[in-house]
Amino acid sequence: MTAPSTARAEMLGRIRRALGQSRSVEVERHYHRTGALVAGSGEVLDLLAERLEDYRATVVRTDASAVPRVVADLLDVPSVAVPDGVPAPWLAELTAEVRRDEPALTHAELDDTAAVLTTCRVAIAETGTVVLDGGPGQGRRALTLLPDRHVVVVEADQVVHSVPDAIARLDVTRPLTWISGPSATSDVELVRVEGVHGPRDLRVVLVDG
Amino acid sequence: MSTFLGMPTVRPQPSRPPRDPLRWGASFPHAAHETLADGQLRANLRTATRTIRDKRRRVTAELDDWEQLRDAGAAIKASAMARLPDLLTQLEESVTARGGVVHWARDAAEANEVVTGIVREAGAREVVKVKSMATQEIGLNEALAEAGIDAIETDLAERIVQLAGDQPSHILVPAIHRNREEIREIFTHRMGDAPEGLSSEPRELAMAARAHLRARFLRAEVAISGANMAIAETGTVAVVESEGNGRMCLTLPRLLVTVMGIEKVLPTARDLEVFLQLLPRSSTGERMNPYTSMWTGVTPGDGPQEFHLVLLDNGRTRALADELGRQALHCIRCSACLNVCPVYEHTGGHAYGSVYPGPIGAILTPQLLGVGEPGGPAGAHDPTGSLPFASTLCGACFDACPVKIDIPAALVHLRERSLHPPGPHAPSATDVSMRVAARVLSSGRALRWAGRAVALVGRLTGGRAIRWLPWPGSLWTRVRDAPVLPVRSLAAWWARRSLR
Repeated sequence: MTAPSTARAEMLGRIRRALGQSRSVEVERHYHRTGALVAGSGEVLDLLAERLEDYRATVVRTDASAVPRVVADLLDVPSVAVPDGVPAPWLAELTAEVRRDEPALTHAELDDTAAVLTTCRVAIAETGTVVLDGGPGQGRRALTLLPDRHVVVVEADQVVHSVPDAIARLDVTRPLTWISGPSATSDVELVRVEGVHGPRDLRVVLVDG
Repeated sequence: MSTFLGMPTVRPQPSRPPRDPLRWGASFPHAAHETLADGQLRANLRTATRTIRDKRRRVTAELDDWEQLRDAGAAIKASAMARLPDLLTQLEESVTARGGVVHWARDAAEANEVVTGIVREAGAREVVKVKSMATQEIGLNEALAEAGIDAIETDLAERIVQLAGDQPSHILVPAIHRNREEIREIFTHRMGDAPEGLSSEPRELAMAARAHLRARFLRAEVAISGANMAIAETGTVAVVESEGNGRMCLTLPRLLVTVMGIEKVLPTARDLEVFLQLLPRSSTGERMNPYTSMWTGVTPGDGPQEFHLVLLDNGRTRALADELGRQALHCIRCSACLNVCPVYEHTGGHAYGSVYPGPIGAILTPQLLGVGEPGGPAGAHDPTGSLPFASTLCGACFDACPVKIDIPAALVHLRERSLHPPGPHAPSATDVSMRVAARVLSSGRALRWAGRAVALVGRLTGGRAIRWLPWPGSLWTRVRDAPVLPVRSLAAWWARRSLR
């Protein structure tokens, strides 16, 4: 192999020669830098629910006191992975075996786990997107990938209207996963098939009040 | 409707694997002649392109600031190109600071060497791959195979293409040239672990792929991906996808190698808000694609603990040197231009003889390969030189492009570059006929005589279309009829009219 620094120097040299005296370009942003709907408002929650259902995700709307009941209903499976930081009361009525990621579950153990329960960092109503950033209650990325059912609890104040609203709230240097419905493919004659490699079953609990 | 006789009828397309993924087959007109003869292919493409473009139109109309987003996307890309050296060194610093390793590769061979070296060092014999145009372009899978490393494509369509021994025919849905019966057959014969009695139902085919790949994801030590975007200020890399195969590859293995064209770098995290709106809506026609993953170097305890980023040139700096052509580097690989192109809809992707088909391919491939440069491909009969002519210049691609690449203008410009490489060359038939035309049109006398000559031939042929002419006229009549010649020139008609 040639010295790596040679490739670097030569590529940067080529780019500088190619650009020559090219002028810098001003970027003007006339698109909506913030969404029209207020974060956490009733309208924004309605929109999120509608858009998620459009992707054929299950959406359950509830108030805070009923979360344990709703979560238990949605997790009618043998086992559920639960990352650190999920509020303890949510687990109170679970019938499923709770698997903690402490010590870290192996890939085989996760593959053998039926579901995962998490919180999220932010949700985008306009695109029907839930964003995880590995913070409290969300766990590392493998946790929400291998189990076939993902139950995610979204609090009203986490729901923003637009993509720019979400970017403003996120630290992009954290490991981010943007989820918009269950995994899907349209690779065979463009027929949409839901559920390929990621969780085939996405259930969103929308908590308001 | 296809007839399936249960015999292994699936042959690779094209029939022989190309040596260069950017340049294979005959010239565009020849290749198009072959693909146009395939009625099934045309029917598949018609349905597919119409479906996607209707969806795209619906979801782009939903945003009242769509045009402003396109303007911002175009400006961000142009500004990033103008600052490319700074952005790339900044990206290198940010990725390194977060525990990643950055490599620079001048061409395909160098990139393949770097990646093969990393995989060998890791001691892996098998790698899982996320769909990536950059690794297609450099023929990475073939290079790995030569080193005894099995590269497994994990995107469903990409796996179909790989098992069939095909080249992709679309940027987004690379197996669009295969129908469900063919896919069933490819899986049954080539997958090794296809379920008994597999049907051609899309759901069943997808589930067979899920089972086939699951075991490979779980045992994979090394993954290879491309990148949709990388942020210079933070070192963050983003991959958008639908199936979850991307998440599997980006999360489970202990080592990740990402190969990225140098033009994919964006200045700031804020720029994500533009491209994460433009890309999914233009590409699959969805408000958002099911999964987007972003990572920054290495995160302890989460995902791959070793990360390599390979920055690829492979002709991109050549394209950058062309002030008009360089906008081809703004492309975010959404494939909207393919889906609206009347030429692509009829010929399919394989006629373009490159992993980059369609309108964007017709301006990108020739520039990556240095069309019209000394020693570069040139001329309307060359596989690469003919690509800028594979268009009606209708402009639908320009209207659909989320970053407003003026593809028609670039096509015209590249036609000129392809036909008139710098330096001395013998005049072509077009040059000669244009010179003759210039003479005739600049003299009233000559034009009158030419008019009389044409009218004479017109009277002799009796107003019938001329279907065949001897050479050099045959160059025209081989592909189209000559126009019906008038029996009287305009000048003669005018003269008679004023006498009356």
